[in-house]
Amino acid sequence: MRHTLAVLVENKYGVLARVSGLFSRRGFNIDSLAVGITEDPTISRMTIIVSGDDHVLEQVMKQLNKLIDVIRVIDLSSEEFVERELALIKVNADANNRAEIIQIVDIFRARIIDVASKSVTIEVTGDIEKIKAIQTLLKPFGIKEMARTGIVALKRGSKSL
Amino acid sequence: MTGKAERMTGARAFVECLYRENVEIIFGYPGGVLLPIYDELYDAHLHHLLVRHEQAAVHAAEGYARATGKVGVCLATSGPGATNLVTGIANAYMDSVPMVAFTGQVPSSMLGNDAFQEADITGITMPITKHNYLVQDVKDLPRIIKEAFHIASTGRPGPVLVDIPKDITTDELDFVYPDTVELRGYKPTFKGNAQQVKRAASVLKGAKRPVIYAGGGVIGSEASKELLAFAEKLKAPVTTTLTGIGGFPNDNELYLGMPGMHGTKYANYAIQESDVLIAVGVRFDDRVTGKTTSFAPNAKIIHIDIDPAEISKIIKVDVPIVGDAKQILGSLIDQVSECDTKDWLDKIATWKRDFPLFYVNRDDVIKPQYILEQINEVCPDAIIVTEVGQHQMWAAQYFKYKEPRTFISSGGLGTMGYGFPAAIGAKLGRPDKIVVDVSGDGSFQMNSQEMATIVQNNIPIIIAIFNNGYLGMVRQWQALFFEHRYSHTTIENSVDFVKLAEAYGAMGIRVTKPSEVKAAIEKAVEFNGPVLIDFIIEREENVSPMVPAGAAINEILDLEDIQ
Repeated sequence: MRHTLAVLVENKYGVLARVSGLFSRRGFNIDSLAVGITEDPTISRMTIIVSGDDHVLEQVMKQLNKLIDVIRVIDLSSEEFVERELALIKVNADANNRAEIIQIVDIFRARIIDVASKSVTIEVTGDIEKIKAIQTLLKPFGIKEMARTGIVALKRGSKSL
Repeated sequence: MTGKAERMTGARAFVECLYRENVEIIFGYPGGVLLPIYDELYDAHLHHLLVRHEQAAVHAAEGYARATGKVGVCLATSGPGATNLVTGIANAYMDSVPMVAFTGQVPSSMLGNDAFQEADITGITMPITKHNYLVQDVKDLPRIIKEAFHIASTGRPGPVLVDIPKDITTDELDFVYPDTVELRGYKPTFKGNAQQVKRAASVLKGAKRPVIYAGGGVIGSEASKELLAFAEKLKAPVTTTLTGIGGFPNDNELYLGMPGMHGTKYANYAIQESDVLIAVGVRFDDRVTGKTTSFAPNAKIIHIDIDPAEISKIIKVDVPIVGDAKQILGSLIDQVSECDTKDWLDKIATWKRDFPLFYVNRDDVIKPQYILEQINEVCPDAIIVTEVGQHQMWAAQYFKYKEPRTFISSGGLGTMGYGFPAAIGAKLGRPDKIVVDVSGDGSFQMNSQEMATIVQNNIPIIIAIFNNGYLGMVRQWQALFFEHRYSHTTIENSVDFVKLAEAYGAMGIRVTKPSEVKAAIEKAVEFNGPVLIDFIIEREENVSPMVPAGAAINEILDLEDIQ
């Protein structure tokens, strides 16, 4: 099963290495990892997507909690939460098919952020499924390059962590 | 914060911090980037022991910590000095021993440039330290050292490394030592959850065949008195793991000896037939559990441990209680009453009679087990420190430990060369005790250079080499599982240990006959100085009994059964 973990960590050098080292050392797989500073500049937030059964998840959370620089670990998947990822996709495009691509972009409420004679670059935001869907539709045109931020997530409702 | 801030260098502050942490002794070896710190140590009011190899410094710090319960401290220079600490840090991490390792580092401005004697020691030790630091500003040094000692000694203890670039030691700061630490990501649970304690008590209520399985956590939390009271109140038998040895008096009739691969048959049988297993300060190591799917198959398992990550890591437990073993056993004692274990204890007594630990003594050749019995005769209150291999298992089986911190051995990592330097640390921590390094001829040669250290400082340690001319434990496996093909495990006639001892200026005694064993030990004790006894033992004696790899622990065999 897929789990979305929110991990609050000290905003210090070396913390990412400690977390990623822990995952590789103990054989846990990371499907997605995003890191950024929070409303408190001394705290960074990592959003980590891991796959595994309950035993693996329990070990991941406990081992993360053992790291001194980890302040809190929360499994967002145990409650309602929202998640988003941003992807930049560079697609082959010329005068013949540009309109068709623009149509797809509109349907997905994505944006074109760069146009060249033989390509367009699209910015799309959404959950994993939405990004997968637009990727599938754009594939026939020829995806030249793609970059993704990794998923970030928050709990639904007014409560914070 | 206390007192007025005094202006001083980082090197001076380093020594001040050690004073504030009541450090009595550090084990170290100087080097280029440590010159400012060593200049301060020249007239510091603390004992610095100069070793001959940094690996010995870190093992000695661990031996000191295990013998005293205090934090062990070692110091090494950058690059190779730091990397020579790695094995010992990993050893302390596996066995949860409180330690702070300081390393010098190249100046901050040269970091990352592949400078002379530069190694990324914080990167290297990340997986084998509880935490580590690279000091980036001299103003942080007191806080970091305060935190390092706090982290090393609280919760589940472990090693913390502090890497100090050279410029930090010469930069100046207004020195103030913090009174408290503020680590929002580190709040270990100490007190056991009251509900869980209650649940454990109710599980124990109807227990007919309880077994207590106690480990290093009992030693670490100083819980041996509570363990004894708990076991006697329940009337439950107790088995102690390798790192738990000494946590329960071996002469107590409830004692089962060690469980697992080279444990006693009756400890393994008792675990397998238990209806409630009370695991205290243990981590269900593979050397104890054997095949995990058939470990204690009928038991409800109560697991008391300071580290929540150990709960259900290997084996699913029924009642976890996270917290300090001493505190939890203390509160559990008040909530339990005597179990009806008369039949159970009778059954165990029968097993003890029918399946004792045994060896066949001879009068023409020295049996290793016999040496341990004689050490036990001559100095029953000694601290036994071991290397790793056959002699280690015999020391665990045949010496009668009465109190905690009298058996010091490399458990989780299994580090050959650990025992001799660890014995040095133990002796300096407990000068009132006789300290014996029970060693093999293989292991001893991994750190034999420390003979120079004990002679220079006249540290009375008895090195008892169990000399069989083999890397014995590997040879045993080759004999049992590889058709006696002794591939690269033969080391006989390679060194005259008596002459080696004498070359360093220590006393050397060679013992070849069983009748001379006791007298040699008595002579060594009386000498009260650096002494090495070279016991020439039965060459192909095996450690028995044994659980074959991958088997359930009740499938434990005497060696002749396997052969």
